[in-house]
Amino acid sequence: MKHVAILQFPGTNCDLDTKYAFEKLGCTTTVVWHKEKELPENTDLVVVPGGFSYGDYLRSGAIAQFSPVMKTVIDYANNGGKVLGICNGFQILTEVGLLPGALKRNIGLHFISKFQTLKVVSNNNNFLKKCDNDEVLNIPIAHADGNYYIDEKEFKALEANEQILLRYSNEHGEPVVVNGSVTSIAGICNKNKNVFGLMPHPERALETILGSKDGIKMLEGLIA
Amino acid sequence: MTAIVNIFLKQGVLDPQGKAIHHALDAMNFEGVEDVRMGKQIILKLTSTNKDDARAEVEKMAEEILANTVIEDYTIELV
Repeated sequence: MKHVAILQFPGTNCDLDTKYAFEKLGCTTTVVWHKEKELPENTDLVVVPGGFSYGDYLRSGAIAQFSPVMKTVIDYANNGGKVLGICNGFQILTEVGLLPGALKRNIGLHFISKFQTLKVVSNNNNFLKKCDNDEVLNIPIAHADGNYYIDEKEFKALEANEQILLRYSNEHGEPVVVNGSVTSIAGICNKNKNVFGLMPHPERALETILGSKDGIKMLEGLIA
Repeated sequence: MTAIVNIFLKQGVLDPQGKAIHHALDAMNFEGVEDVRMGKQIILKLTSTNKDDARAEVEKMAEEILANTVIEDYTIELV
């Protein structure tokens, strides 16, 4: 049975949704307070969940990167451990340098909260291996700072290494502008493909009755 | 000594907030505004009395946390 460590900062609000999601998928979980310096020994996956750590003060994710637990998470990732950042978690992972680029204010300045279709760009990784390339998934988004920016040189490296995981798309898989992200990027991974970040919330898409269960096959990849 | 740190999105990085302000100014018939960039200002009261030391220290703060140098530039003014 896989064990998932879910970080909790002041202002995190998707920790319990994430716990619910991974327990539904048969994992055991620990919610780890940001002041902890250790992760549970049997941790197979660290999730940095969504929310508004430190009220998004200064920049989204800017303060959380200096919480004691993050140092441990950086070591964990650098030793090949799997880390997933969802929404605010994605912002934290870019701030801390585990993922390239940065997330800016949405192009329309609004907080966007809705279901959004996404195209799988690359399934050649542990996160999306249960999805097909070009498959269109329906996953909720809820963010004000999801406008992914990366400079041209780094973008080319992302593309060449198959680090672009997901793009905002219409139902036919054609890219659409949702928040102004460079080439409609919704999720990426690091070069070693063990750190993943995305703005959409797969943990909120587990039951058809609530709109979509497409989140299951995304999260399952990480614990298979 | 006081350090004033001004932080702006880099030239070439689209500034959606600046753009929205520009749009509002246009709508209010303020003419002659070519471009608007929005940033933030952080004011630090320092105990240091040495300008060089203070600048070096604040630069370190800016690089490490105050600015995200992937998308932002900063200036430091000491008064």
